[in-house]
Amino acid sequence: MSDSPAIAHGAADSAVHEHPPYQRHHFATMAQQNDATNFAMWLFLLTEIMFFGGLFTAYLIYRNWYYPAFVAGSHQLSIPLGGLNTLLLITSSFTMAMGVWCAETRRKSGLVLCLTLTFILGLGFLGIKTIEYSEKIEKHHVPGFHYSLQSFLDPASDPAAKAAGDKPMALDMARHTEVYFSLYFAMTGMHALHMIIGIGILGFMIFRARAGAYTTGHVTFVENFGLYWHFVDIIWIFLFPLLYLISRHQ
Amino acid sequence: MSDTIVVLPDQRTARIPKTNYLTKENGLLSWLLTGDHKRIAILYLISITCFFFVGGALAGLIRLELLTPQSDLMATDTYNKVFTMHGVVMIFLFLVPSVPATLGNFFIPMMIGAKDLALPKVNLLSWYLYMVGGILVLYTMVSGGVDTGWTFTTPLSTHYVNTNVLSTGLAVFVAGFSSIFTGLNFIVTIHKMRAPGMTWFRMPLFVWAHYAASILMVLGTPVLAIAIVLVALERTIGIGVFDPTKGGDPLLFQHLFWFYSHPAVYIMILPGMGVISETISTFSRKRVFGYTAVAFSSVAIAVFGFFVWAHHMFIMGISNYSVLIFSLLTMLVAVPSAIKIFNWTFTLYKGSITFETPMLYTFGFMGLFTIGGLTGVFLGTSGTDIHLTETYFIVAHFHFVMVGGMLMAFLAGIHFWWPKMTGRMYPEKISQLAAVVTFIGFNLTFFPQFILGTLGMPRRYASYPPEFQILNVFSTAGATILGVGYLLPVLYLTWSLKYGAIAGNNPWQATGLEWQTQSPPLTENFVELPIMDHEAYDYDWLERQKEKEVASVG
Repeated sequence: MSDSPAIAHGAADSAVHEHPPYQRHHFATMAQQNDATNFAMWLFLLTEIMFFGGLFTAYLIYRNWYYPAFVAGSHQLSIPLGGLNTLLLITSSFTMAMGVWCAETRRKSGLVLCLTLTFILGLGFLGIKTIEYSEKIEKHHVPGFHYSLQSFLDPASDPAAKAAGDKPMALDMARHTEVYFSLYFAMTGMHALHMIIGIGILGFMIFRARAGAYTTGHVTFVENFGLYWHFVDIIWIFLFPLLYLISRHQ
Repeated sequence: MSDTIVVLPDQRTARIPKTNYLTKENGLLSWLLTGDHKRIAILYLISITCFFFVGGALAGLIRLELLTPQSDLMATDTYNKVFTMHGVVMIFLFLVPSVPATLGNFFIPMMIGAKDLALPKVNLLSWYLYMVGGILVLYTMVSGGVDTGWTFTTPLSTHYVNTNVLSTGLAVFVAGFSSIFTGLNFIVTIHKMRAPGMTWFRMPLFVWAHYAASILMVLGTPVLAIAIVLVALERTIGIGVFDPTKGGDPLLFQHLFWFYSHPAVYIMILPGMGVISETISTFSRKRVFGYTAVAFSSVAIAVFGFFVWAHHMFIMGISNYSVLIFSLLTMLVAVPSAIKIFNWTFTLYKGSITFETPMLYTFGFMGLFTIGGLTGVFLGTSGTDIHLTETYFIVAHFHFVMVGGMLMAFLAGIHFWWPKMTGRMYPEKISQLAAVVTFIGFNLTFFPQFILGTLGMPRRYASYPPEFQILNVFSTAGATILGVGYLLPVLYLTWSLKYGAIAGNNPWQATGLEWQTQSPPLTENFVELPIMDHEAYDYDWLERQKEKEVASVG
């Protein structure tokens, strides 16, 4: 009984306030909604840091134990290809940031262009990664049953090891290169998986942006995706020196 | 002095409100596609209960096998599969989501005066992920099971067993994401969705406990995820991160696994402690003693909880210095836990205590959790740990905390909030009986296991020396009683859905915001968003509200 005036009041209340169509019913204001979703995205990135953190921990421990094996392993990677990939990703982060800016300033064609460029750069990264992976497969550097120690026991037979001036390793240490490549594939593989997911979402966003989404003033989705994309980029910024450039200061 | 605080509306005229979250929409799809945190909580409640009984049936099989010293009911490898599945189902599909995903989901938004969790779609997604995880576990079970123990110990899980490690790993991975999303949603909601006036130190302690548990879910679970990914990669393509023949170290797996799985026990117990704070205040009509200390002890448990994981590895060859430090840190966790227990006890002091069912379960929790917690200190001491680890002492310790603690708290919470969730009371007498039966059954089941453990009976074996039989018979007999204690609530709670007395808004005269609205609540929770103008557990405020209401109606 005592509730009834309140009900009437509540109904009148919602009729008076005009909400933008993208405001969810349970948020009081648009600012609260944006705040909450951005905060959620940052928290999600925190979980991602913990996820990769496990791999970085493993890397840290084994690199300390098996430093010579990690150096020899890193000599099997191509710095030009890795460097090119770093360049591609940094550029894609730039185009992504421009995309967020275009969305905020309501430039539809600019947004579509930026997203498409990011999409292409991301695909380019994966393409180069595929080339690198296939080299590893050819040289039997994929851990597992077919793993070959040839390049480390007899560096003269391997052009990459020869170019880096590797000396033949003792069998014991040479076998630990398999741990290096295990981490290489686990880390870059998990990173590539995040890229693939990101590229999938980018495709969906390009499709939606062409239909005029994100440039009507509600940019949270683009903004949050941008955070994700930059995060994946940053992971690579750490992976590149850790995996490719181990002994370059010597 | 009255022996109950229950105030029910006049049953002849009382009606369940016509518009509520249950009646707003109808049909299966309105449930499966809902964004309403209360409906998702009910979905979780139903699915969790199902998995609890799956896990319980497996526990029954274990106890039945251990009735006799020989391995006679099942083959030894079947026994391995049964206790593994018991662990996986109970931990990942029951204990981790139990209170947070049901009661937390339902009541956190209501307690802080919000219309919903911040991310309703993510909330629904987390239920679907949970179900995918659950179905994968069931698939694992029918397609041959897995026998690594719920800990997936390498290199056993990566090299030596040919059972379904991959599908179980995938199930845990997926269910883990469900847990991450629940925790993430809670943190965002508690930060960003509080009603005007709802400051951090006006929040019910239930919310504080969930906040602390959510931190653990968000930071811990991803580490388990990566550990499982590495196990899966090692099992499939043969990478060497944990493989000693290639230079990897199985101990690294233990570090990564327990970095999640130790905090996970706090994910399981903290929300239960939140429930206890609510019930103990309501049924002793007093503000929780030392509110701030209890709130911060939750956070302290969460923080310390991240730095004790290696106490699971004292016998695995970690360095003596690690043992020393982790032993010390482990004992530090006992401090905030004890703060909670002492503060609850002081809350009882000079309170007007009544003995409704939730309070009986609460007392059960306090006694059993204290025993479970103190035996944890024995295990945290490295010397005794070396003697007691991998024996039934560990099994008893863990079950005292998780079953005696968490499950009691879960049942306390379910009974406490049942009137709010359904609009109807559960039958009081039989539920009190169920609480007592559970307590007796529990002690009979698990107390003998402490003795078995100190005598040296190892865990995870289907057979044992005949001199241990008498205590095992006690334990199995207790498990039967415990089973009855758990079946009863399912029966009478289902019964009460149709025949229970109509509860009215606030049968317990409790102070939380969730009690100041109709039962069952509206989809939007509140007619008008509440403004919090008093402290939590302010019973004087409640009295004044009632006087005001009488004045305005009269």
